[in-house]
Amino acid sequence: MLTLLLILLPIAAGVLTLLSGERLAKQVALVSGLAVLGVAIATWLQFDPAAGTQFSFKYAWLASGGISFAAGIDGISLVLVLLTTFLTPLIILSAFNHDYRKPASFYSLILFMEAALIGVFTATDAFLFYLFFEAALIPVYFLAAIWGGENRLKVTFKFFIYTIFGSLLMLVGLVYLYYQTPGTHTSEITAFYALQLSKQVQGFVFWAFFIAFAIKMPLFPFHTWQPDTYTESPTPATMLLSGIMLKMGVYGLIRFLLPIVPGGMETWGTMAMVLSVIGIIYGSIIAIQQSDMKRLIAYSSFAHVGLMAAGVFSYSINGLQGALIQMLAHGINVIGLFFIIDIIYSRTKTRYLDQLGGITQSTPHLSVYFMILLLGSVALPLTNGFVGEFLLLSSVFQYDGWLGAIAGLTIILGSVYMLRMFQKSMFGPRSKWVEGFQDLTMSERAVLLPLVIMVFWIGIYPNTFLKLTEPAVSQLLQMVNN
Amino acid sequence: MYPIILLSVFGIVTLFLGFSKTKNILLPATLLFLVIATVGNFVEWNKGPLLYFYEMLRVDNLTLAFNGIVLLSAFMIVAISGGFQENPDSEPAEYFGLMLFSLVGALMMIGFEHMIMLFIGVEILSVAMYILTGSNKRNLRSNEAALKYFLMGAFATGFMLFGMTLIYGATGSFKLSQIHGFASNIQADAQPYILYAGLLLLLIGMLFKVSAAPFHFWTPDVYEGAPTIFTTFMSTIVKTAGFAALFRLLNTSFSEIYGFWWIIIATIAVLTLLVGNIGATSQNSFKRMLAYSGISHAGYMLIALTALTKPSQSAIVFYSLAYSLSTICAFGVLMLVSKEKTLEGQPNERYEAFNGLAKQNPVLAFVLAVSMLSLAGIPLTAGFWGKFFIFTSAAERGIIWITVIAVLMSAVGIYYYFRVIIASYLKEGDLIKIRVAPFYQVILLLATFLTILFGLAPGVFEGLI
Repeated sequence: MLTLLLILLPIAAGVLTLLSGERLAKQVALVSGLAVLGVAIATWLQFDPAAGTQFSFKYAWLASGGISFAAGIDGISLVLVLLTTFLTPLIILSAFNHDYRKPASFYSLILFMEAALIGVFTATDAFLFYLFFEAALIPVYFLAAIWGGENRLKVTFKFFIYTIFGSLLMLVGLVYLYYQTPGTHTSEITAFYALQLSKQVQGFVFWAFFIAFAIKMPLFPFHTWQPDTYTESPTPATMLLSGIMLKMGVYGLIRFLLPIVPGGMETWGTMAMVLSVIGIIYGSIIAIQQSDMKRLIAYSSFAHVGLMAAGVFSYSINGLQGALIQMLAHGINVIGLFFIIDIIYSRTKTRYLDQLGGITQSTPHLSVYFMILLLGSVALPLTNGFVGEFLLLSSVFQYDGWLGAIAGLTIILGSVYMLRMFQKSMFGPRSKWVEGFQDLTMSERAVLLPLVIMVFWIGIYPNTFLKLTEPAVSQLLQMVNN
Repeated sequence: MYPIILLSVFGIVTLFLGFSKTKNILLPATLLFLVIATVGNFVEWNKGPLLYFYEMLRVDNLTLAFNGIVLLSAFMIVAISGGFQENPDSEPAEYFGLMLFSLVGALMMIGFEHMIMLFIGVEILSVAMYILTGSNKRNLRSNEAALKYFLMGAFATGFMLFGMTLIYGATGSFKLSQIHGFASNIQADAQPYILYAGLLLLLIGMLFKVSAAPFHFWTPDVYEGAPTIFTTFMSTIVKTAGFAALFRLLNTSFSEIYGFWWIIIATIAVLTLLVGNIGATSQNSFKRMLAYSGISHAGYMLIALTALTKPSQSAIVFYSLAYSLSTICAFGVLMLVSKEKTLEGQPNERYEAFNGLAKQNPVLAFVLAVSMLSLAGIPLTAGFWGKFFIFTSAAERGIIWITVIAVLMSAVGIYYYFRVIIASYLKEGDLIKIRVAPFYQVILLLATFLTILFGLAPGVFEGLI
């Protein structure tokens, strides 16, 4: 029942926020976000890593078709649910800095988004998964299209059509698999795992899924929607997109692509791996050239997700574990960085590196938080980025030495663009744009402090989370290898 | 059978009501007639299959379900017509009478067991529609539309009749069951060319009525020229009845020679999808876009016919319902909006007319958004499950390639459906107040509610057929 509560509570909270009127909306949204986090933590405390999928429920939806409203939580789901519920209140709190028009609609859309994301991560029925996968798109589309920047209409439209096109292909794949299940057909994901498909068919299904998830993440060359959308969206929507929604793609790879079409992986896995590695290098090199900080982080996010995907495609325990821990780390870091850019932007009205400089002189707190999150992002040991990146690179290296070596460049390139950003914006002569720059307010610290705590927690003792996912991951790999 | 008799009588009564001085009674009376006909329809639920009129008409649950959709659509369309009070030239009694008569035609097409019944049904429906299309007498485009529709329609009917004759020549019967008997006894090496030719001609006639490509050329002009309320009627009721008839024809009589016709229908389905969706992207007029969208939806339904598997039946019923509800909403909002905003003296039916609608009237904007989402097939709306059932029917037959094309075309569809949502929610417009009669709003909200209900719980519908 906890799973059902986790899906329904944000929906109810969203409706409540909508009804609470424009003045109270902020507070109601924040409190409900925290309440959902509370439920998620309660789930975590009761969770037994060895026991497989737990807290399951199942209601018949299309009874005669074997399609049900079924969800449950295993280690992989739990980690992502925790990430989602941890980040959502912080995203809501981070939006307090701005006076968004129509706050009731704004905050309720964030909560609806949370519900859809939790649904994606917990669904154990393939069509329910699909439903949430698409439904997650609608709130974030409106968030970006109503509250975004100047070019928002064009950019978000492209984003919407691009991503929905991918998921429609996945739908064809799902419908096909559904008809391969024995008897009266069922759409349970575990039933899909048991299918014996010919190699050629697996190749087709591989592509149906791969394109859907590759667009969502995005992987090279399906990324063209991403930088513009991240840049034009209001910061909370950017955070949702990069911090959580991107993980839907990686989660899809782990939950669907690997276990359902291992044969397709054998045929096309190397190609997917190469695309991922190209994305890592390509994203990093473009990030180095960027002057707009938001765009810079967008490209860095693109590079990071390439590494996660590469880890998944290596189908080794290190790769999967690394991808999972990196999803947590990336979500935390990227949200922190986007928030800091938003803080800088809201005070100076510019995001361009060549117009900034010398912010450190008046802002000791901001500088420290910024530095810690940045170091987490460039994978310094003892920060969260290190654990994931280390596991991921070792898995890619095992898969192929050359690819591992190329992907390893990400550490160097990552430091280059990140430190360049820090140097240009924070150090140097004080630019006229940053006159009178105030240090962090209390509410801003309230967002950044939990993030920084998590940076160190995962960096110093990743086992808290690794041991949650370990049994689920090794079980998955066992199935793939058979 | 009851609704056919009832509606014929009510149609005549409506014409006589036109003599009374108080025109206000016509609208409630017509609505009442439709309710009575709907009750009469469902009296026979689960009693079938029954045969009436010398076994020329068949009543089973499938017939009744299609009848229900047609009667529900008609009820909503009559309710939002507003009694035609605004135009002094209009003749409300005739319009309502013709609508009721054309419904009789639609019900005959849905329940036919004998080809003559199909022919009579198509003719009753079509002749009434020709008149209604041209009912805006002083508008040149309405006249043009009526003439085009009539000429093309007459041609198509000719093909249909020719086809029936050839089928009769080949099989010796007009009855579906006997044709089926003939078709199932064809020797493996025999090639009954006359039957094939007859079937082809018959299909051409029917496909014209549901505006499938390449027989669609009349659709955009006629839909755009006809008064919007009758466009709604055409795009929902005529289409539903047409597909019900096609399904019955292919499913009962010609399922044995599936190997002959499936590739033809498949080709036409793909062509229709391409023409409908690609045509719709380049339109500036919302009404004309809906005409092309109507073509594209015919394409999706043709996929279910191509597959002709067990889920095809419920797929077509569900799809017709979802499509009708959303189309009525879309045209309903269009009528209200275009009335308030004019362009060169004519109602403005372009996309720009919807700019700022969310501020002018949030309820209408919501209704429009849900109907567009449903037509685009976004989850949590009825339209999604409609497409889903269509895709599953094709997957069961193992025709995946056609599903892939349909999916690509759905992505194209999102482009033009979202243009309206973007206009109404994200663009600024003049702050005009858009007046909506309370009853009108109730009907639109009811359709929206049903769209979402079937989107959340498609199972509600599942047990019925």
